Amino acid sequence: MPHIDVDKNLPGIRSLLAFSPETAEPMGVLANLLLRSNDGLSMAERELIAAHVSYLNDCFYCHQSHGEIAVCYLNGDRDLVNKVKADYENAPISDKLKSLLSIAASVQKGGKQVRPDQIEYARALGATDKDIHDTVLIAAMFCMFNRYVDGLAAHTPSDLSTYPPRAKQVAEQGYGNHVFSKNQPV
Amino acid sequence: MAFRPETAKPLNELAEILLHQDNNTLTRGEREMIGAYVSSLNDCFFCQHVHGAMAQHYFQCDMQFIDTIKRDYNAAPISAKLKALLSIAGSVQKGGSHVTTAQVENAKSLGATDRELHDTVLIAAAFCMFNRYVDGLNTWAPQERQVYIDRAAMRAEEGYAGSNPHK
Repeated sequence: MPHIDVDKNLPGIRSLLAFSPETAEPMGVLANLLLRSNDGLSMAERELIAAHVSYLNDCFYCHQSHGEIAVCYLNGDRDLVNKVKADYENAPISDKLKSLLSIAASVQKGGKQVRPDQIEYARALGATDKDIHDTVLIAAMFCMFNRYVDGLAAHTPSDLSTYPPRAKQVAEQGYGNHVFSKNQPV
Repeated sequence: MAFRPETAKPLNELAEILLHQDNNTLTRGEREMIGAYVSSLNDCFFCQHVHGAMAQHYFQCDMQFIDTIKRDYNAAPISAKLKALLSIAGSVQKGGSHVTTAQVENAKSLGATDRELHDTVLIAAAFCMFNRYVDGLNTWAPQERQVYIDRAAMRAEEGYAGSNPHK
């Protein structure tokens, strides 16, 4: 049961965003800037970073939600998404993305865990300063979102079939306050 | 922040709402203290001293008072309610699921409202982001603590929304 009195009809972070629409606004803007762009990193790559960090933080709601959004961008390839979440080093993805996932995993442990050789390796594989910046900030942002959701014990649906319709909504319309102000997709 | 101003804007807005806006039953000093405490647990030099100096400014206290809270808030002369909220913030720093129902019930019994609990958790979570952003990109930070104290009054006056990273 959530630690505070939130709308019982809304799952996960949606119930928290609805509880506090004022803070929801900049969080939605930040999510759109970092996750809904194909500049440098693709939207699929950005969601995979988000899903992996959420998986490391053991936030079921977030890794399930962002994993399913990645599935939307990857033409339904759920096996790939699950592989990246749990064992990206052996997943069929680019070396550049692997190097960025390694940086994201270090950020999850703590900012100072990122080593210069990880950054140099990513650069050698073609990562730009913006790719590295966005990777670090996406990873850091999910260290916030994951703690927000689980720190308030937001309701986490256990029925996996409820995640794809919400993922489709985000894949089509992006992030923002519509995710809690509109009827929930089923 | 200066590297990518478009993402700096919502980050500053979030800080402004959580730490500076006055329509909140937690004082600015209490909210800054939660940020400084979480930043000290995350060993983020820049953030713990920026926000420690802000709390010091609002509390009108000395540096030792802030350092005592960071080191052992239970031994500090602060309210039992703030201690209960700092305990929740400390759990959020470890990970969201570390927050226990007993901690929440204790804070509620000391008068904490749902909004205050929400803000405590979100401030702690936001600093788990800010700290990682700052240290994950290995940014430069002034080493002299007085620099942060000298800047605090200006930041308290101006807030975070229009925060200029070059100032």
